[in-house]
Amino acid sequence: MADFETPKFREYPVVPQIKVDAMAGKGPFISRAEFDTDLGYPGELPENWKEKTLEKMGDLLGRYRSFQVFMDSCIKCGACTDKCHYFIGTNDPKNMPVARQDLMRKVYRRYFTVAGKFFPKLVGAVDLTEDVLDEWYNYYHQCSECRRCSVFCPMGIDTAEVTMAAREILAHVGKGQKYSNQIIQKVYKIGNNLGLPGPALKGILEDLEEEVEEDTGVPVKYNMDEVGCDALLMTPSADFFAEPHIDGLIGYGKVLHELGITWTVSSLASEAANFGLFIGSYENIQKISMRIREAAIELKVKRIIFGECGHAWRVAYSFLNTLAGPFDFLDQNYPVPQHILEVTYGALQEGKLRMNKAENDHLTMTFHDSCNVARASRMGDKPGGQFDIPRAVIQAACNNYVDMDSDTIKDATFCCGGGGGILTDDLMEVRVKGALPRMEALKQVTEESGVTNIAAICAICKSQFTKTLPYYGFEMDAIMSVHQLVSDAIVMTGSEQEKDLDGSDDDEKSES
Amino acid sequence: MSAFYALLFTVAFLVLILGLVKKIIQYSRVPAPLKIPVTPAPLTKGGVAIRLAKEAILFAALFRSNKWTWLFGWLFHMSLFVVLLNHLRFFIKDVPLPLVLLQNVGEYAAFTMFIGLAGLFARRLFVARVKYISAPSDYLWLILLMFIAFTGIVMRFISHTDIIAVKEFCLGLVSFNWQSLPTDVPLMVHLFLVCVLMILLPFSKLLHIPGLFFAPSRNQVDNPREKRHVANWALDLDAEKNKTQPK
Ligand code: HEM
Ligand code: HEM
Ligand code: SF4
Ligand code: SF4
Repeated sequence: MADFETPKFREYPVVPQIKVDAMAGKGPFISRAEFDTDLGYPGELPENWKEKTLEKMGDLLGRYRSFQVFMDSCIKCGACTDKCHYFIGTNDPKNMPVARQDLMRKVYRRYFTVAGKFFPKLVGAVDLTEDVLDEWYNYYHQCSECRRCSVFCPMGIDTAEVTMAAREILAHVGKGQKYSNQIIQKVYKIGNNLGLPGPALKGILEDLEEEVEEDTGVPVKYNMDEVGCDALLMTPSADFFAEPHIDGLIGYGKVLHELGITWTVSSLASEAANFGLFIGSYENIQKISMRIREAAIELKVKRIIFGECGHAWRVAYSFLNTLAGPFDFLDQNYPVPQHILEVTYGALQEGKLRMNKAENDHLTMTFHDSCNVARASRMGDKPGGQFDIPRAVIQAACNNYVDMDSDTIKDATFCCGGGGGILTDDLMEVRVKGALPRMEALKQVTEESGVTNIAAICAICKSQFTKTLPYYGFEMDAIMSVHQLVSDAIVMTGSEQEKDLDGSDDDEKSES
Repeated sequence: MSAFYALLFTVAFLVLILGLVKKIIQYSRVPAPLKIPVTPAPLTKGGVAIRLAKEAILFAALFRSNKWTWLFGWLFHMSLFVVLLNHLRFFIKDVPLPLVLLQNVGEYAAFTMFIGLAGLFARRLFVARVKYISAPSDYLWLILLMFIAFTGIVMRFISHTDIIAVKEFCLGLVSFNWQSLPTDVPLMVHLFLVCVLMILLPFSKLLHIPGLFFAPSRNQVDNPREKRHVANWALDLDAEKNKTQPK
């Protein structure tokens, strides 16, 4: 399939060995100048790159407490060294979170600390050279900013913050990443990551309406740019055409219809994803977020609901109010923004949705906690709601559910291997190898508990699994959307499914 | 000799305090622009205090990640804490009862401290992953602390020093009324290394002491949907004129 070997499943938990330089290389494609300049970067290595690099580094140290504190506070205890899926899958020691931070910390010490200025060898400080920049570029693109390391670090050091700072610095000296920057440019020019123009989107949504009506007999609406609806739906653009994403979108539509919540997507902001996060650029995160505010105002909605997307939910939950708020013009009876799972879960609690779980009896599900939802956001009003709510919704839609090993779920979840701007073909080796720990955990439940499918609530996870599952001997469609399960089980009022169930008396009913 | 040590001590103490204060001021001045607590995170300030206390006192995250490192690390730190409490008797004229009682309990803290340090040192040497990330300074810190503990043990259990004189010296330091110091070798070495420790601390990875409490990943309240959190340098970007307003 490619010019690298898929890692073998490990028979039992082993102490990972190190293989120096196993993943040395050039990293992903460098951005073309035109994408960079649209985002406010120079687009090429400037003459005085060294000064520029240090200047930007100093600037960020003064702007982000996380970056400044984390540069100082690592005690080199080594607790994080075996926690990163990229290290586990590649054995390259520079993929150990502390070593990844050290690529930056060595330069920090050399130029920003007394010890490193006078005794560089003693404290492991190095001069900034172009090789150092190249190494940054390579290894800071083997981090999915998943925050798993920070859960286990006694000092709370979040390598994702360092990676973001590194990418921001690199972009300022002409080393932006093509994948992320091109996508952000598309968001600005066309409105979404995929470059799907408004009319095409409209066509897709109309097809969906037809399809759903054919299946259920209910005229569920999938609106675009409809002024005056209750809710603006922000969803990753993959939901408009990729499998299994689109089945999730069908599910949101059915749930909202059944609850009588009218909703629309916006062609101006037809994308929930915010790759500004991946490149660590406050200005770009904010600019992308601002579209949501504009769309909400333009379409005169009362609430904003987000579809299934991991990092989008992080930006929405944790940053949107700060970046594009205040949202006092929206209905304050609902959280701003709200996750579709919060809506579905709330309705299930109140008994407003009828579910026929038997529809999913051929499945035994497990759930992949997406890193950004698990470790950088919340759902509901209790800490940990982001773990309980998706599981509760799956279990309301499906009779058979099994969790994976407890070291690999909830806040200890392993990244799918494709997050944080890594989901690009030029990083396929990194993606496949980084998927190893998740695949091992999945393998275990398929063998021990007969799990057939794995559900996720993130567009990146879904796309990454579709690509990497086959490398590890699974079917690519083993990955499902959570609202796909809901979609298959929901019994809408007046639907064919309702008639089938209530029509004949010997049919077993199972309701939520 | 006594004057040299008295001077060294004063300087070391000043460097330690001023260095730490400077760093703490720096940490508190740098803004934390977006809410980034690692979730599940507490919803209240009280919850955050509990979260941080669990990290500082129990090393909760370390316990989850590596039991051996936790065991040695926690043993070292707790023993160090007891040892330092015991040392207060040199600086307080009339030692309060709880500290006197601690003397007996804390008799062997020096040994557990040493064992903890030795365990951490062995891990650094023999676990390939940890060895890979270690700079010379990482080994030296452990060696320095082991020497301090060792000389302390020698004084306490093998060749006793004149505790009364040490106490007078210390009390003299505090009141700027310098007294003479016994000149036995273990004490000289002990005190010299302690001064080195104090001087280097604010310039080293031992900044983990304030760092732990300033990590936004741990010290933030999880309430971004309820409260906005705009950093001072982002105020301009946040200004009303830059935002579409509802008509
Ligand atoms: C609030 C007080 C402190 C807290 C919460 C704290 C916490 C920690 C933690 C969690 C570690 C990592 C685990 C380990 O290797 O033990 C660590 C390491 C370390 N701490 Fe502390 N510490 C504190 C004070 C101190 C002090 C006062 C010193 C020295 C005078 C110190 C010296 C060290 C050293 C040398 C290490 C590295 C051990 C190694 O090489 O593995 N710590 N500390
Ligand atoms: C403030 C300056 C200090 C002075 C004047 C000092 C002095 C002494 C003296 C006189 C003893 C012998 C106690 C006895 O015989 O009962 C001792 C013991 C010891 N010291 Fe220190 N010391 C100082 C700081 C430190 C520091 C910072 C550490 C740890 C990093 C340390 C670790 C020890 C240990 C482990 C012992 C042996 C056990 C004990 O008595 O608790 N000392 N010290
Ligand atoms: S766990 Fe944290 S403090 Fe320990 S080595 Fe890793 S980053 Fe440094
Ligand atoms: S944030 Fe995730 S990908 Fe990055 S170093 Fe930490 S564990 Fe690895």
